[in-house]
Amino acid sequence: MSGSLSGYFDAATTAPLHPAARAALEVALDDGWGDPRRLYGEGRRARRLLDAARASIASSLGARPDEVTFTPSGTAAAHLGVLGALAAGERRGRHLVASAVEHSAVLAAAQMHERAGGAVDLAPVDATGRVDPGAFAALLRADTALACLQTANHEVGTVQPLEAVAEACTAAGVPLLVDAAASTGRLAPPAIWDLLVASARKWGGPAGIGVLAVRTGARWRSVLPDDEGEAGRFPGGVPVPLAVAAAAALEAVEADREAEAARQSALVDRLRAEIADRVPDVEMLGDPVARLPHIVAFSCLYVAGEALMTELDRAGFSVSSGSSCSSSALTPSHVLVAMGAMTHGNVRLGLHAGVSEADVTAFLDALPPIVAALRERVGASGL
Amino acid sequence: MSVRLDCTGQLCPLPVLELARHIGDVEVGDEIVVVADDPAAATDIPAWCRLRGHEFAGAEGNEFAVRRLR
Repeated sequence: MSGSLSGYFDAATTAPLHPAARAALEVALDDGWGDPRRLYGEGRRARRLLDAARASIASSLGARPDEVTFTPSGTAAAHLGVLGALAAGERRGRHLVASAVEHSAVLAAAQMHERAGGAVDLAPVDATGRVDPGAFAALLRADTALACLQTANHEVGTVQPLEAVAEACTAAGVPLLVDAAASTGRLAPPAIWDLLVASARKWGGPAGIGVLAVRTGARWRSVLPDDEGEAGRFPGGVPVPLAVAAAAALEAVEADREAEAARQSALVDRLRAEIADRVPDVEMLGDPVARLPHIVAFSCLYVAGEALMTELDRAGFSVSSGSSCSSSALTPSHVLVAMGAMTHGNVRLGLHAGVSEADVTAFLDALPPIVAALRERVGASGL
Repeated sequence: MSVRLDCTGQLCPLPVLELARHIGDVEVGDEIVVVADDPAAATDIPAWCRLRGHEFAGAEGNEFAVRRLR
């Protein structure tokens, strides 16, 4: 991996493009530029590439090819998954249950449903960000049309008790949408779902490809205007070269998943231990063990998240933050709020295949003096 | 004696910083009230209490009460 990636620690937003994706993209740009819905030669070649990409991604996700719909992003997949399942489940009722720490795409769709007269209940989480399956199950009602739970949290890495929640949903006859965007290519794909959401740029595929998988027989219909795209499930054409690249990346990542996850998880263990040790007054977030292999999050007392991001960027490190001053909205991350965690001075690192032990060492050496200097600037030293 | 800190208009972490500077102004067992309108304060003030071993004594609108425990 090139040296310019050595300080890139935001793979939980976008992972660097996998080399296998780059190679597949170049080939597919030559062969897959035609419209796969057309019957002439260029269209048929694109169709073959698209069919193969769909079959490959379906296989990686534990789905059937005809269950997989390509969307322009994970966000679009989440929006349409939630709204489409609610639209198709109206005969059962208009109640939606989701965890309080779902991705904002799921919660935004829930808010839209609420504005349109639907009812929404959010299941609380503990201090690590984990939902209590009993509390989640208690929210399911006879008129619940959909339940939503992520495989693992995208901001703090905590793995959710998906199996227990899925069992409760099955028992209550409630369809379950699983947001697997944070874990795809990092953990084994979830086994039980009615709808599944993923995003290629988080597994090393290109930006511009999201996945919505709907189990055969699950209630779902498009809420967008009629169009023949994606068998009527998403309007417009799929960017075939991007889908091909996304499939190649996921295949490559899956082939090496367990070894790479173990390597990154050991780096995360080191980061968690040494940040807590070397930075005073820091709160390490998320479950230390039942977590994604690549995410580390922490909050530094008395430090503004934006200033911390700026100083880390100046030192060559790219990270993200859930602090309010570092987002365009002036509210802190809903995940940190739901956990009751310190929201200021927040940093999230997302590791990827290009992050080495030396990169982690460099970050661990850079962080303590930056935090100390920011505290001194606001007169917080010794408080 | 009770102390009231007006942090209206300040963004986090400034209200928490003010709280840390002035917690010693009250006796152990007494309350200090922080007035803060930054939405993050509702999470950060109870979190600070947890990390620093003080008691979060409740919120009323933009007013957050903290009891000094040590």
